[in-house]
Amino acid sequence: MATDAPQESAGPRLVRPYALTSGRTESVVDLPIEATLEVLPSARTATWPEGDLSAKIIELLASSQSVAEVSAKLHIPLGVARVLLGDLVSAGHVRTRATISENTTTDERRELIERTLSGLRAL
Amino acid sequence: MDYAPSNRSSASTKIVVAGGFGVGKTTFVGAVSEIDPLRTEALVTNESQGQDDISKVQQKHTTTVAMDFGRITLAENLVLYLFGTPGQRRFWFMWDDLVKGAIGAVVLVDTRRLDDSFAAVDYFEAKGLPFIVALNQFDDAQQFGADDIREALAIPSHIPVITVDARERESAKRALVRITEFALTQLAAVPAPA
Repeated sequence: MATDAPQESAGPRLVRPYALTSGRTESVVDLPIEATLEVLPSARTATWPEGDLSAKIIELLASSQSVAEVSAKLHIPLGVARVLLGDLVSAGHVRTRATISENTTTDERRELIERTLSGLRAL
Repeated sequence: MDYAPSNRSSASTKIVVAGGFGVGKTTFVGAVSEIDPLRTEALVTNESQGQDDISKVQQKHTTTVAMDFGRITLAENLVLYLFGTPGQRRFWFMWDDLVKGAIGAVVLVDTRRLDDSFAAVDYFEAKGLPFIVALNQFDDAQQFGADDIREALAIPSHIPVITVDARERESAKRALVRITEFALTQLAAVPAPA
């Protein structure tokens, strides 16, 4: 694997990725790869066991980051990031910002694409 | 599935950059992204990949599929992500995830290896995702016209075919503007992909 963390010189990952999620591979909430997340007040008083990645995720989300960025920056597979983030969302510590989904109306979709277009043109 | 409580006033969206291996997807993403492209990985078990060579199982229980992506902050409340997709057909399970909710796709084409782009064109056509074809101009490649490529790839006439220099920010930006404009025109024309 190209992006092994330096301390994992003995070979592949030291921790089975889905051990971080107690073996769960499905997130409890729908989390698009591009969805950005924001920390809610309850996360600031929450505590997690040592080694729990949730604390690191909350720290990372101090600035707006997507599901993909959480995966890339914490060097965890996308599926693992989704499960951990899903837990934080369902616990009320984190919420997602809007994306285009099956529930998006055509008007909402048009509005978002138009804003994207004017943003791109202004780059 | 539960729906997460979400903040509607602030949004993110994505455009997919597809094409064969070595066609310049990450170069394209990097040319226009505000961050150096990041890499995320998905795990694929050997089983789901159709891997049946038992001798390899002990060495590797899972295969990782890497995907490079970039980010452009378009407004205080709007972020655009660009995802470079693994081009091979066997990674289609990952494309499903990428296509869902995307504005559209840019299919990067190396005119020396046209067949590398067939899978992406087929896929986006089947999914009804708006896409444009962007011919990446490699210095040593014979320059084909857009019409030649349209014919070779059997691209319907309404789909834009443009040339691009994936190394150039302005060129990559123009391609993104083009796919976004095209997606907007398609919004009225066809039902949106689920």
